[in-house]
Amino acid sequence: MSLFSQQNKEVFTGPLNLNNPVVAQVLGICSALAVTSQLEPAIVMGLAVTVITAFANVIISLLRNTIPSRIRIIVQLVVVATLVTIVSQVLKAFAYDVSVQLSVYVGLIITNCILMGRLEAFAMMNGPWESFLDGVGSGLGYAWILVVVGFVRELLGSASLFGYEIPMLTDCDFFHNGMMTMPAMSLIILGCVIWAHRAINDKEK
Amino acid sequence: MIKSFFDKIRPHVEEGGKYHAFRSLFDGFETFALVPNTTSKVGTAIHDAIDSKRIMSFVVIALIPALLVGMYNIGYQNYHAAGVDASFFTMFLYGLIVMLPKIIVSYGVGLGIEFVVAQWKNEEIQEGFLVSGLIIPMIVPVGTPLWMLAVAVAFSVIFAKEIFGGTGMNIFNPALITRAFLFFAWPTKMSGDQVWVSTESWFGLGNTLPDAFTCATPLGQAAAGIDTNLSAMEMFGGLMPGSIGETSVIAIAIGAAILLWTRIASWRTMLSVFVGGALFALLFDSVGAADNAVAHLGLNHLFLGGFAFGAVFMATDPVTSCRTEKGKFIYGFIIGAMAIIIRVLNPGYPEGMMLAILFMNMFAPLIDYFFVQSNINKRAKRMSNK
Repeated sequence: MSLFSQQNKEVFTGPLNLNNPVVAQVLGICSALAVTSQLEPAIVMGLAVTVITAFANVIISLLRNTIPSRIRIIVQLVVVATLVTIVSQVLKAFAYDVSVQLSVYVGLIITNCILMGRLEAFAMMNGPWESFLDGVGSGLGYAWILVVVGFVRELLGSASLFGYEIPMLTDCDFFHNGMMTMPAMSLIILGCVIWAHRAINDKEK
Repeated sequence: MIKSFFDKIRPHVEEGGKYHAFRSLFDGFETFALVPNTTSKVGTAIHDAIDSKRIMSFVVIALIPALLVGMYNIGYQNYHAAGVDASFFTMFLYGLIVMLPKIIVSYGVGLGIEFVVAQWKNEEIQEGFLVSGLIIPMIVPVGTPLWMLAVAVAFSVIFAKEIFGGTGMNIFNPALITRAFLFFAWPTKMSGDQVWVSTESWFGLGNTLPDAFTCATPLGQAAAGIDTNLSAMEMFGGLMPGSIGETSVIAIAIGAAILLWTRIASWRTMLSVFVGGALFALLFDSVGAADNAVAHLGLNHLFLGGFAFGAVFMATDPVTSCRTEKGKFIYGFIIGAMAIIIRVLNPGYPEGMMLAILFMNMFAPLIDYFFVQSNINKRAKRMSNK
Protein backbone atom coordinates (compact mmCIF):
# COMPACT_ATOMS: atom_id res chain seq x y z
CA MET A 1 0.00 0.00 0.00
CA SER A 2 1.41 3.35 -0.96
CA LEU A 3 2.08 6.01 1.63
CA PHE A 4 -0.59 8.41 0.39
CA SER A 5 -3.30 6.04 -0.76
CA GLN A 6 -6.93 7.01 -0.76
CA GLN A 7 -7.46 5.06 2.43
CA ASN A 8 -4.66 6.83 4.26
CA LYS A 9 -5.99 10.17 3.14
CA GLU A 10 -9.30 9.33 4.74
CA VAL A 11 -7.54 8.28 7.94
CA PHE A 12 -5.98 11.72 8.06
CA THR A 13 -8.89 13.91 6.99
CA GLY A 14 -11.66 12.05 8.83
CA PRO A 15 -10.85 13.44 12.29
CA LEU A 16 -10.53 16.94 10.86
CA ASN A 17 -14.16 17.17 9.91
CA LEU A 18 -16.73 14.38 9.90
CA ASN A 19 -15.15 12.32 12.66
CA ASN A 20 -13.81 15.24 14.67
CA PRO A 21 -12.78 14.14 18.16
CA VAL A 22 -14.32 17.17 19.88
CA VAL A 23 -17.33 17.95 17.74
CA ALA A 24 -18.42 14.48 16.63
CA GLN A 25 -17.03 12.15 19.29
CA VAL A 26 -17.37 14.76 22.07
CA LEU A 27 -14.03 13.83 23.65
CA GLY A 28 -11.49 16.08 25.31
CA ILE A 29 -14.10 18.66 26.30
CA CYS A 30 -12.63 19.54 29.69
CA SER A 31 -9.35 20.87 28.35
CA ALA A 32 -11.17 22.56 25.47
CA LEU A 33 -13.12 24.56 28.06
CA ALA A 34 -10.19 25.26 30.34
CA VAL A 35 -7.46 26.58 28.05
CA THR A 36 -9.42 28.57 25.45
CA SER A 37 -9.79 31.91 27.16
CA GLN A 38 -6.99 33.19 24.91
CA LEU A 39 -5.71 32.14 21.50
CA GLU A 40 -2.07 31.57 22.35
CA PRO A 41 -2.51 28.88 25.02
CA ALA A 42 -5.23 27.30 22.88
CA ILE A 43 -2.83 26.91 19.93
CA VAL A 44 0.02 25.65 22.10
CA MET A 45 -2.30 23.16 23.76
CA GLY A 46 -3.57 21.98 20.37
CA LEU A 47 -0.03 21.47 19.09
CA ALA A 48 1.05 19.65 22.26
CA VAL A 49 -1.87 17.25 21.98
CA THR A 50 -1.12 16.73 18.27
CA VAL A 51 2.52 15.86 18.91
CA ILE A 52 1.72 13.54 21.80
CA THR A 53 -1.13 11.76 20.00
CA ALA A 54 0.96 11.24 16.88
CA PHE A 55 4.01 9.79 18.62
CA ALA A 56 2.05 7.78 21.19
CA ASN A 57 0.13 6.26 18.28
CA VAL A 58 3.36 5.35 16.46
CA ILE A 59 5.00 3.83 19.53
CA ILE A 60 1.97 1.81 20.57
CA SER A 61 1.46 0.69 17.00
CA LEU A 62 5.05 -0.61 16.88
CA LEU A 63 4.60 -2.43 20.18
CA ARG A 64 1.09 -3.65 19.50
CA ASN A 65 2.02 -7.26 18.80
CA THR A 66 4.15 -7.65 21.89
CA ILE A 67 1.82 -6.02 24.46
CA PRO A 68 -0.18 -8.61 26.43
CA SER A 69 -3.76 -7.47 26.15
CA ARG A 70 -4.38 -7.68 29.91
CA ILE A 71 -1.89 -4.92 30.72
CA ARG A 72 -2.25 -2.84 27.57
CA ILE A 73 -3.79 0.17 29.33
CA ILE A 74 -0.82 0.40 31.69
CA VAL A 75 1.64 0.22 28.80
CA GLN A 76 -0.30 2.90 26.92
CA LEU A 77 -0.31 5.13 29.98
CA VAL A 78 3.43 4.77 30.47
CA VAL A 79 4.07 5.76 26.85
CA VAL A 80 1.71 8.74 27.05
CA ALA A 81 3.09 9.85 30.41
CA THR A 82 6.62 9.80 29.04
CA LEU A 83 5.64 11.91 26.05
CA VAL A 84 3.66 14.34 28.19
CA THR A 85 6.62 14.82 30.50
CA ILE A 86 8.88 15.53 27.54
CA VAL A 87 6.44 18.05 26.06
CA SER A 88 5.93 19.68 29.42
CA GLN A 89 9.69 20.09 29.92
CA VAL A 90 10.10 21.48 26.39
CA LEU A 91 7.35 24.02 27.03
CA LYS A 92 8.92 25.06 30.32
CA ALA A 93 12.28 25.51 28.60
CA PHE A 94 11.17 27.39 25.48
CA ALA A 95 7.77 28.91 26.21
CA TYR A 96 7.68 29.48 29.92
CA ASP A 97 4.87 32.07 29.95
CA VAL A 98 2.48 29.84 28.07
CA SER A 99 3.35 26.83 30.18
CA VAL A 100 2.50 28.84 33.30
CA GLN A 101 -0.81 29.84 31.71
CA LEU A 102 -1.60 26.23 30.83
CA SER A 103 -0.54 25.16 34.34
CA VAL A 104 -1.85 21.69 35.15
CA TYR A 105 -3.54 21.17 31.81
CA VAL A 106 -0.32 20.08 30.10
CA GLY A 107 0.09 17.35 32.69
CA LEU A 108 -3.56 16.46 32.35
CA ILE A 109 -3.09 15.60 28.66
CA ILE A 110 -2.40 12.11 30.06
CA THR A 111 -6.07 11.86 30.95
CA ASN A 112 -7.27 13.37 27.68
CA CYS A 113 -9.87 10.98 26.33
CA ILE A 114 -8.80 11.60 22.73
CA LEU A 115 -5.41 10.01 23.40
CA MET A 116 -6.62 6.82 25.03
CA GLY A 117 -9.42 6.60 22.51
CA ARG A 118 -7.07 6.74 19.53
CA LEU A 119 -4.59 4.32 21.12
CA GLU A 120 -7.27 1.77 21.95
CA ALA A 121 -9.34 2.12 18.83
CA PHE A 122 -6.70 2.70 16.16
CA ALA A 123 -3.07 2.19 17.11
CA MET A 124 -3.68 -1.25 18.63
CA MET A 125 -4.79 -2.64 15.28
CA ASN A 126 -3.05 -0.60 12.57
CA GLY A 127 0.47 -0.09 11.29
CA PRO A 128 2.75 2.75 12.43
CA TRP A 129 2.31 5.00 9.36
CA GLU A 130 -1.50 4.89 9.44
CA SER A 131 -1.38 5.41 13.18
CA PHE A 132 0.86 8.43 12.73
CA LEU A 133 -1.56 9.97 10.22
CA ASP A 134 -4.49 9.23 12.49
CA GLY A 135 -2.71 10.79 15.46
CA VAL A 136 -1.84 13.98 13.57
CA GLY A 137 -5.36 14.19 12.15
CA SER A 138 -7.02 13.74 15.53
CA GLY A 139 -4.68 16.23 17.18
CA LEU A 140 -5.27 18.86 14.50
CA GLY A 141 -9.00 18.20 14.60
CA TYR A 142 -8.86 18.96 18.32
CA ALA A 143 -6.61 21.96 17.74
CA TRP A 144 -8.80 23.75 15.21
CA ILE A 145 -11.84 23.56 17.49
CA LEU A 146 -9.73 25.04 20.28
CA VAL A 147 -8.61 27.83 17.98
CA VAL A 148 -12.18 28.68 16.95
CA VAL A 149 -13.40 28.78 20.55
CA GLY A 150 -10.28 30.66 21.67
CA PHE A 151 -10.70 33.21 18.89
CA VAL A 152 -14.30 34.02 19.84
CA ARG A 153 -13.54 34.12 23.55
CA GLU A 154 -10.48 36.31 23.31
CA LEU A 155 -12.04 38.69 20.80
CA LEU A 156 -15.31 39.19 22.68
CA GLY A 157 -13.90 38.77 26.17
CA SER A 158 -10.88 41.02 26.14
CA ALA A 159 -10.89 42.78 22.74
CA SER A 160 -7.55 41.29 21.78
CA LEU A 161 -6.01 38.54 19.66
CA PHE A 162 -2.82 36.68 20.64
CA GLY A 163 -2.58 39.05 23.58
CA TYR A 164 -2.44 42.19 21.38
CA GLU A 165 -5.26 44.60 22.04
CA ILE A 166 -7.16 45.72 19.00
CA PRO A 167 -7.09 49.51 19.14
CA MET A 168 -10.49 50.09 17.50
CA LEU A 169 -12.29 47.82 19.93
CA THR A 170 -10.72 48.54 23.30
CA ASP A 171 -13.14 51.29 24.23
CA CYS A 172 -16.20 49.30 23.27
CA ASP A 173 -17.88 47.56 26.20
CA PHE A 174 -19.29 44.91 23.89
CA PHE A 175 -15.81 43.42 23.52
CA HIS A 176 -15.22 43.21 27.25
CA ASN A 177 -17.85 40.62 27.96
CA GLY A 178 -17.04 39.04 31.32
CA MET A 179 -19.04 35.93 30.48
CA MET A 180 -16.62 35.15 27.66
CA THR A 181 -13.68 34.84 30.02
CA MET A 182 -15.52 32.24 32.08
CA PRO A 183 -15.41 28.53 31.19
CA ALA A 184 -19.22 28.41 31.28
CA MET A 185 -19.42 30.51 28.13
CA SER A 186 -16.91 28.34 26.28
CA LEU A 187 -19.27 25.43 26.78
CA ILE A 188 -21.98 27.44 25.04
CA ILE A 189 -19.62 28.46 22.22
CA LEU A 190 -18.57 24.84 21.82
CA GLY A 191 -22.23 23.93 21.67
CA CYS A 192 -22.70 26.47 18.88
CA VAL A 193 -19.72 25.00 16.97
CA ILE A 194 -21.26 21.51 17.25
CA TRP A 195 -24.62 22.95 16.16
CA ALA A 196 -23.11 24.59 13.08
CA HIS A 197 -21.04 21.49 12.28
CA ARG A 198 -24.07 19.19 12.41
CA ALA A 199 -26.25 21.61 10.46
CA ILE A 200 -23.68 21.78 7.64
CA ASN A 201 -22.94 18.05 7.54
CA ASP A 202 -26.55 16.98 7.73
CA LYS A 203 -27.27 19.07 4.69
CA GLU A 204 -24.51 17.33 2.73
CA LYS A 205 -25.93 13.88 3.46
CA MET B 1 -65.15 44.86 14.65
CA ILE B 2 -61.78 43.40 15.62
CA LYS B 3 -62.91 40.08 14.21
CA SER B 4 -63.84 41.54 10.83
CA PHE B 5 -60.45 43.25 10.69
CA PHE B 6 -58.65 39.93 11.11
CA ASP B 7 -61.03 38.17 8.70
CA LYS B 8 -60.17 40.75 6.04
CA ILE B 9 -56.43 40.15 6.37
CA ARG B 10 -56.53 36.37 6.66
CA PRO B 11 -56.63 35.44 2.92
CA HIS B 12 -53.41 37.38 2.30
CA VAL B 13 -51.33 35.48 4.84
CA GLU B 14 -52.60 31.96 4.35
CA GLU B 15 -50.73 29.39 2.24
CA GLY B 16 -50.25 30.87 -1.22
CA GLY B 17 -51.22 34.38 -0.17
CA LYS B 18 -49.14 37.44 -0.96
CA TYR B 19 -47.80 37.99 2.57
CA HIS B 20 -47.30 34.38 3.57
CA ALA B 21 -44.03 35.30 5.25
CA PHE B 22 -45.99 37.14 7.93
CA ARG B 23 -48.29 34.23 8.75
CA SER B 24 -46.90 33.67 12.23
CA LEU B 25 -47.07 37.39 12.97
CA PHE B 26 -50.72 37.47 11.94
CA ASP B 27 -51.47 34.33 13.85
CA GLY B 28 -49.82 35.71 16.95
CA PHE B 29 -51.80 38.93 16.91
CA GLU B 30 -55.07 37.25 16.06
CA THR B 31 -54.89 34.77 18.91
CA PHE B 32 -53.74 37.54 21.21
CA ALA B 33 -56.78 39.66 20.44
CA LEU B 34 -59.35 36.89 20.06
CA VAL B 35 -59.65 33.52 21.76
CA PRO B 36 -58.91 30.92 19.07
CA ASN B 37 -61.86 28.73 18.10
CA THR B 38 -59.87 25.72 16.97
CA THR B 39 -60.13 22.65 19.17
CA SER B 40 -58.38 19.32 19.10
CA LYS B 41 -60.13 16.82 16.83
CA VAL B 42 -58.79 13.55 18.17
CA GLY B 43 -58.74 12.02 21.61
CA THR B 44 -60.15 13.42 24.79
CA ALA B 45 -58.85 16.82 25.80
CA ILE B 46 -59.64 18.91 28.82
CA HIS B 47 -59.03 22.62 28.47
CA ASP B 48 -59.22 25.41 30.95
CA ALA B 49 -61.57 28.20 30.02
CA ILE B 50 -58.63 30.55 29.52
CA ASP B 51 -55.62 29.67 27.40
CA SER B 52 -52.02 30.61 27.97
CA LYS B 53 -52.29 33.95 26.13
CA ARG B 54 -55.03 35.03 28.54
CA ILE B 55 -52.91 33.88 31.50
CA MET B 56 -50.00 35.91 30.20
CA SER B 57 -52.21 38.97 29.88
CA PHE B 58 -53.22 38.69 33.53
CA VAL B 59 -49.58 38.51 34.61
CA VAL B 60 -48.84 41.61 32.54
CA ILE B 61 -51.74 43.41 34.27
CA ALA B 62 -50.34 42.31 37.64
CA LEU B 63 -46.95 43.75 36.70
CA ILE B 64 -48.32 47.18 35.85
CA PRO B 65 -48.50 48.65 39.40
CA ALA B 66 -44.85 47.83 40.00
CA LEU B 67 -43.98 49.25 36.58
CA LEU B 68 -45.77 52.55 37.24
CA VAL B 69 -44.13 53.00 40.63
CA GLY B 70 -40.80 52.09 39.06
CA MET B 71 -41.24 54.83 36.45
CA TYR B 72 -42.09 57.38 39.09
CA ASN B 73 -39.11 56.23 41.12
CA ILE B 74 -36.75 56.80 38.17
CA GLY B 75 -37.87 60.41 38.07
CA TYR B 76 -37.85 60.77 41.85
CA GLN B 77 -34.29 59.46 42.16
CA ASN B 78 -33.05 61.76 39.42
CA TYR B 79 -34.67 64.91 40.84
CA HIS B 80 -33.82 63.90 44.39
CA ALA B 81 -30.14 63.43 43.48
CA ALA B 82 -30.02 66.78 41.73
CA GLY B 83 -31.77 68.46 44.65
CA VAL B 84 -34.46 69.94 42.40
CA ASP B 85 -38.14 70.07 43.28
CA ALA B 86 -40.61 68.91 40.69
CA SER B 87 -44.23 67.94 40.48
CA PHE B 88 -45.38 64.35 40.61
CA PHE B 89 -46.33 64.50 36.95
CA THR B 90 -42.93 65.74 35.78
CA MET B 91 -41.12 63.00 37.63
CA PHE B 92 -43.42 60.36 36.26
CA LEU B 93 -43.12 61.64 32.70
CA TYR B 94 -39.34 61.62 32.96
CA GLY B 95 -39.44 58.03 34.22
CA LEU B 96 -41.75 57.07 31.37
CA ILE B 97 -39.36 58.53 28.80
CA VAL B 98 -36.40 56.70 30.33
CA MET B 99 -38.29 53.44 30.68
CA LEU B 100 -40.10 53.25 27.36
CA PRO B 101 -37.06 52.53 25.13
CA LYS B 102 -36.05 49.66 27.40
CA ILE B 103 -39.48 48.05 27.09
CA ILE B 104 -39.51 48.56 23.33
CA VAL B 105 -36.03 47.06 22.92
CA SER B 106 -36.86 44.10 25.13
CA TYR B 107 -40.09 43.29 23.31
CA GLY B 108 -38.67 44.09 19.89
CA VAL B 109 -35.64 41.82 20.15
CA GLY B 110 -37.37 39.00 22.03
CA LEU B 111 -40.56 38.86 20.00
CA GLY B 112 -38.57 39.38 16.80
CA ILE B 113 -36.55 36.24 17.45
CA GLU B 114 -39.65 34.30 18.46
CA PHE B 115 -41.55 35.32 15.31
CA VAL B 116 -38.61 34.38 13.09
CA VAL B 117 -38.23 30.98 14.77
CA ALA B 118 -41.96 30.29 14.60
CA GLN B 119 -42.08 31.16 10.91
CA TRP B 120 -38.94 29.15 10.17
CA LYS B 121 -40.15 26.01 11.94
CA ASN B 122 -43.66 26.59 10.60
CA GLU B 123 -45.08 26.50 14.11
CA GLU B 124 -47.67 28.57 15.87
CA ILE B 125 -46.27 31.70 17.44
CA GLN B 126 -45.53 31.19 21.10
CA GLU B 127 -46.66 33.72 23.60
CA GLY B 128 -44.28 33.17 26.48
CA PHE B 129 -42.33 36.32 25.79
CA LEU B 130 -45.28 38.58 26.58
CA VAL B 131 -44.43 38.37 30.29
CA SER B 132 -40.65 37.93 30.08
CA GLY B 133 -40.45 40.96 27.79
CA LEU B 134 -42.00 43.18 30.43
CA ILE B 135 -40.20 41.62 33.39
CA ILE B 136 -36.75 42.02 31.81
CA PRO B 137 -36.67 45.84 31.74
CA MET B 138 -38.03 45.86 35.29
CA ILE B 139 -35.24 43.77 36.81
CA VAL B 140 -32.29 45.69 35.40
CA PRO B 141 -30.77 48.87 36.82
CA VAL B 142 -31.89 52.07 35.12
CA GLY B 143 -28.34 52.71 33.88
CA THR B 144 -28.21 49.62 31.65
CA PRO B 145 -27.45 50.65 28.05
CA LEU B 146 -30.02 49.59 25.47
CA TRP B 147 -27.60 47.62 23.29
CA MET B 148 -26.56 45.58 26.32
CA LEU B 149 -30.19 44.82 27.01
CA ALA B 150 -30.67 43.76 23.40
CA VAL B 151 -27.66 41.41 23.44
CA ALA B 152 -28.76 39.82 26.70
CA VAL B 153 -32.36 39.39 25.56
CA ALA B 154 -31.21 37.77 22.33
CA PHE B 155 -28.89 35.47 24.27
CA SER B 156 -31.54 34.33 26.70
CA VAL B 157 -34.32 33.87 24.13
CA ILE B 158 -32.04 31.73 21.96
CA PHE B 159 -30.05 29.83 24.57
CA ALA B 160 -32.47 29.60 27.49
CA LYS B 161 -35.64 29.12 25.51
CA GLU B 162 -35.57 28.27 21.82
CA ILE B 163 -32.92 25.56 21.99
CA PHE B 164 -34.93 23.80 24.68
CA GLY B 165 -37.98 23.84 22.41
CA GLY B 166 -39.63 27.19 23.06
CA THR B 167 -42.30 28.30 25.49
CA GLY B 168 -43.12 25.75 28.16
CA MET B 169 -39.99 23.68 27.57
CA ASN B 170 -37.38 25.90 29.17
CA ILE B 171 -35.60 24.76 32.32
CA PHE B 172 -34.55 28.24 33.40
CA ASN B 173 -36.57 31.42 33.57
CA PRO B 174 -35.57 33.45 30.47
CA ALA B 175 -35.95 36.80 32.24
CA LEU B 176 -33.55 35.71 34.97
CA ILE B 177 -31.11 34.31 32.41
CA THR B 178 -31.11 37.76 30.79
CA ARG B 179 -30.24 39.35 34.10
CA ALA B 180 -27.66 36.68 34.94
CA PHE B 181 -26.01 37.18 31.54
CA LEU B 182 -25.82 40.94 32.09
CA PHE B 183 -24.60 40.44 35.63
CA PHE B 184 -21.72 38.15 34.68
CA ALA B 185 -20.90 39.74 31.33
CA TRP B 186 -20.73 43.36 32.42
CA PRO B 187 -20.63 43.30 36.23
CA THR B 188 -19.68 46.97 36.53
CA LYS B 189 -22.82 48.00 34.63
CA MET B 190 -25.13 45.81 36.67
CA SER B 191 -24.06 46.35 40.26
CA GLY B 192 -22.00 48.74 42.29
CA ASP B 193 -23.05 52.30 42.93
CA GLN B 194 -23.08 54.09 39.57
CA VAL B 195 -25.99 52.52 37.76
CA TRP B 196 -29.04 53.06 39.93
CA VAL B 197 -29.90 56.63 39.04
CA SER B 198 -30.59 57.89 35.55
CA THR B 199 -28.08 60.67 34.91
CA GLU B 200 -29.24 62.11 31.61
CA SER B 201 -31.85 64.65 30.76
CA TRP B 202 -34.36 63.91 28.01
CA PHE B 203 -36.55 66.42 26.15
CA GLY B 204 -35.91 69.06 28.79
CA LEU B 205 -37.08 66.77 31.56
CA GLY B 206 -34.80 65.52 34.26
CA ASN B 207 -31.38 66.73 35.26
CA THR B 208 -27.98 65.90 33.91
CA LEU B 209 -25.90 64.58 36.74
CA PRO B 210 -22.10 64.45 36.77
CA ASP B 211 -20.58 61.19 35.52
CA ALA B 212 -19.07 60.34 38.86
CA PHE B 213 -22.40 60.54 40.64
CA THR B 214 -22.82 57.50 42.88
CA CYS B 215 -25.76 56.13 44.78
CA ALA B 216 -25.78 52.64 46.21
CA THR B 217 -28.76 50.43 46.84
CA PRO B 218 -29.62 49.71 50.47
CA LEU B 219 -28.28 46.18 50.10
CA GLY B 220 -25.11 47.46 48.49
CA GLN B 221 -24.67 49.92 51.34
CA ALA B 222 -25.16 47.19 53.91
CA ALA B 223 -22.61 45.01 52.15
CA ALA B 224 -20.16 47.89 52.31
CA GLY B 225 -20.82 48.27 56.01
CA ILE B 226 -22.76 51.54 55.83
CA ASP B 227 -25.89 51.97 57.90
CA THR B 228 -28.85 52.13 55.53
CA ASN B 229 -31.23 54.12 57.79
CA LEU B 230 -34.22 53.73 55.51
CA SER B 231 -37.63 54.48 56.93
CA ALA B 232 -40.29 51.79 56.66
CA MET B 233 -42.19 54.13 54.32
CA GLU B 234 -39.31 54.31 51.88
CA MET B 235 -38.94 50.55 51.90
CA PHE B 236 -42.60 49.83 51.32
CA GLY B 237 -43.35 52.70 48.98
CA GLY B 238 -40.35 51.99 46.80
CA LEU B 239 -38.64 55.39 46.67
CA MET B 240 -35.14 53.99 46.97
CA PRO B 241 -32.45 53.15 44.45
CA GLY B 242 -32.73 49.71 42.95
CA SER B 243 -33.66 47.81 39.81
CA ILE B 244 -36.60 49.52 38.14
CA GLY B 245 -39.57 47.35 39.09
CA GLU B 246 -38.42 45.79 42.31
CA THR B 247 -38.35 48.66 44.77
CA SER B 248 -41.98 49.08 45.78
CA VAL B 249 -43.34 46.37 48.05
CA ILE B 250 -46.84 47.88 47.96
CA ALA B 251 -47.07 47.77 44.18
CA ILE B 252 -45.75 44.22 44.14
CA ALA B 253 -48.32 43.27 46.77
CA ILE B 254 -51.10 44.57 44.50
CA GLY B 255 -49.69 42.44 41.70
CA ALA B 256 -49.52 39.45 44.02
CA ALA B 257 -53.16 39.96 44.99
CA ILE B 258 -54.20 39.96 41.32
CA LEU B 259 -52.20 36.80 40.63
CA LEU B 260 -53.56 34.98 43.67
CA TRP B 261 -57.14 36.11 43.12
CA THR B 262 -57.10 34.83 39.54
CA ARG B 263 -55.25 31.71 40.77
CA ILE B 264 -52.54 32.11 38.17
CA ALA B 265 -49.67 32.04 40.63
CA SER B 266 -49.41 29.41 43.31
CA TRP B 267 -49.87 30.71 46.87
CA ARG B 268 -47.83 27.73 48.05
CA THR B 269 -44.70 28.85 46.26
CA MET B 270 -45.17 32.49 47.19
CA LEU B 271 -45.81 31.81 50.86
CA SER B 272 -42.98 29.35 51.28
CA VAL B 273 -40.46 31.72 49.65
CA PHE B 274 -41.33 34.34 52.25
CA VAL B 275 -41.30 31.79 55.09
CA GLY B 276 -37.92 30.44 54.04
CA GLY B 277 -36.51 33.94 53.67
CA ALA B 278 -37.91 35.10 57.01
CA LEU B 279 -36.60 32.08 58.91
CA PHE B 280 -33.10 32.42 57.57
CA ALA B 281 -33.07 36.20 57.92
CA LEU B 282 -33.95 35.84 61.61
CA LEU B 283 -31.44 33.02 62.00
CA PHE B 284 -28.60 35.12 60.60
CA ASP B 285 -29.78 38.09 62.63
CA SER B 286 -29.27 36.12 65.84
CA VAL B 287 -26.10 34.17 64.99
CA GLY B 288 -24.41 36.24 62.25
CA ALA B 289 -21.01 37.82 62.78
CA ALA B 290 -21.26 41.26 64.35
CA ASP B 291 -19.29 43.01 61.60
CA ASN B 292 -21.46 41.64 58.80
CA ALA B 293 -24.07 44.35 58.33
CA VAL B 294 -26.06 42.33 55.78
CA ALA B 295 -26.68 39.61 58.38
CA HIS B 296 -28.35 42.06 60.72
CA LEU B 297 -30.96 43.50 58.37
CA GLY B 298 -33.36 40.97 59.87
CA LEU B 299 -36.80 40.89 58.32
CA ASN B 300 -35.96 43.96 56.26
CA HIS B 301 -34.37 41.48 53.88
CA LEU B 302 -37.81 40.57 52.62
CA PHE B 303 -38.54 44.13 51.52
CA LEU B 304 -35.16 45.09 50.11
CA GLY B 305 -33.71 44.30 46.72
CA GLY B 306 -35.43 41.85 44.44
CA PHE B 307 -36.75 39.51 47.11
CA ALA B 308 -40.43 40.43 46.93
CA PHE B 309 -40.42 40.83 43.14
CA GLY B 310 -38.68 37.50 42.69
CA ALA B 311 -40.99 35.71 45.09
CA VAL B 312 -44.17 37.02 43.45
CA PHE B 313 -43.34 37.10 39.75
CA MET B 314 -40.33 34.86 39.14
CA ALA B 315 -40.45 31.97 41.58
CA THR B 316 -44.08 31.30 40.68
CA ASP B 317 -43.38 30.97 36.94
CA PRO B 318 -45.49 27.87 36.16
CA VAL B 319 -43.01 26.54 33.61
CA THR B 320 -39.83 26.52 35.65
CA SER B 321 -41.18 25.86 39.14
CA CYS B 322 -42.31 22.58 40.65
CA ARG B 323 -45.53 21.08 39.32
CA THR B 324 -46.43 18.98 42.35
CA GLU B 325 -48.29 20.82 45.09
CA LYS B 326 -46.12 19.52 47.93
CA GLY B 327 -43.01 20.10 45.87
CA LYS B 328 -43.91 23.79 45.62
CA PHE B 329 -43.48 24.20 49.37
CA ILE B 330 -39.97 22.77 49.31
CA TYR B 331 -39.07 24.62 46.12
CA GLY B 332 -40.20 27.96 47.52
CA PHE B 333 -38.67 27.44 50.93
CA ILE B 334 -35.22 26.70 49.54
CA ILE B 335 -35.41 29.72 47.20
CA GLY B 336 -36.09 32.03 50.14
CA ALA B 337 -33.39 30.41 52.26
CA MET B 338 -30.79 30.40 49.45
CA ALA B 339 -31.44 34.04 48.63
CA ILE B 340 -30.68 35.11 52.20
CA ILE B 341 -27.69 32.77 52.47
CA ILE B 342 -26.13 34.19 49.30
CA ARG B 343 -26.78 37.76 50.42
CA VAL B 344 -25.26 37.26 53.85
CA LEU B 345 -22.39 34.89 53.22
CA ASN B 346 -21.10 36.06 49.83
CA PRO B 347 -19.94 39.67 49.91
CA GLY B 348 -19.50 39.60 46.11
CA TYR B 349 -23.22 39.26 45.48
CA PRO B 350 -25.31 41.71 47.48
CA GLU B 351 -28.39 40.37 45.71
CA GLY B 352 -29.04 36.64 46.01
CA MET B 353 -32.56 36.29 44.66
CA MET B 354 -31.61 35.81 41.01
CA LEU B 355 -29.08 33.07 41.71
CA ALA B 356 -31.37 31.37 44.24
CA ILE B 357 -34.26 31.10 41.78
CA LEU B 358 -32.03 29.92 38.92
CA PHE B 359 -30.50 27.36 41.26
CA MET B 360 -33.86 25.97 42.26
CA ASN B 361 -35.14 26.02 38.65
CA MET B 362 -32.50 23.39 38.09
CA PHE B 363 -33.74 21.19 40.94
CA ALA B 364 -37.49 21.59 40.37
CA PRO B 365 -37.79 18.47 38.16
CA LEU B 366 -35.89 16.44 40.76
CA ILE B 367 -38.24 17.51 43.56
CA ASP B 368 -41.22 16.67 41.35
CA TYR B 369 -39.73 13.29 40.58
CA PHE B 370 -39.50 12.35 44.25
CA PHE B 371 -43.05 13.40 45.05
CA VAL B 372 -44.48 11.58 42.04
CA GLN B 373 -42.49 8.48 42.88
CA SER B 374 -43.54 8.48 46.53
CA ASN B 375 -47.15 8.79 45.40
CA ILE B 376 -46.74 5.86 43.03
CA ASN B 377 -45.14 3.78 45.78
CA LYS B 378 -47.91 4.65 48.22
CA ARG B 379 -50.58 3.56 45.77
CA ALA B 380 -48.71 0.42 44.82
CA LYS B 381 -48.54 -0.49 48.48
CA ARG B 382 -52.25 0.12 48.91
CA MET B 383 -52.97 -2.15 45.97
CA SER B 384 -50.81 -4.96 47.27
CA ASN B 385 -52.24 -4.78 50.79
CA LYS B 386 -55.71 -5.64 49.58
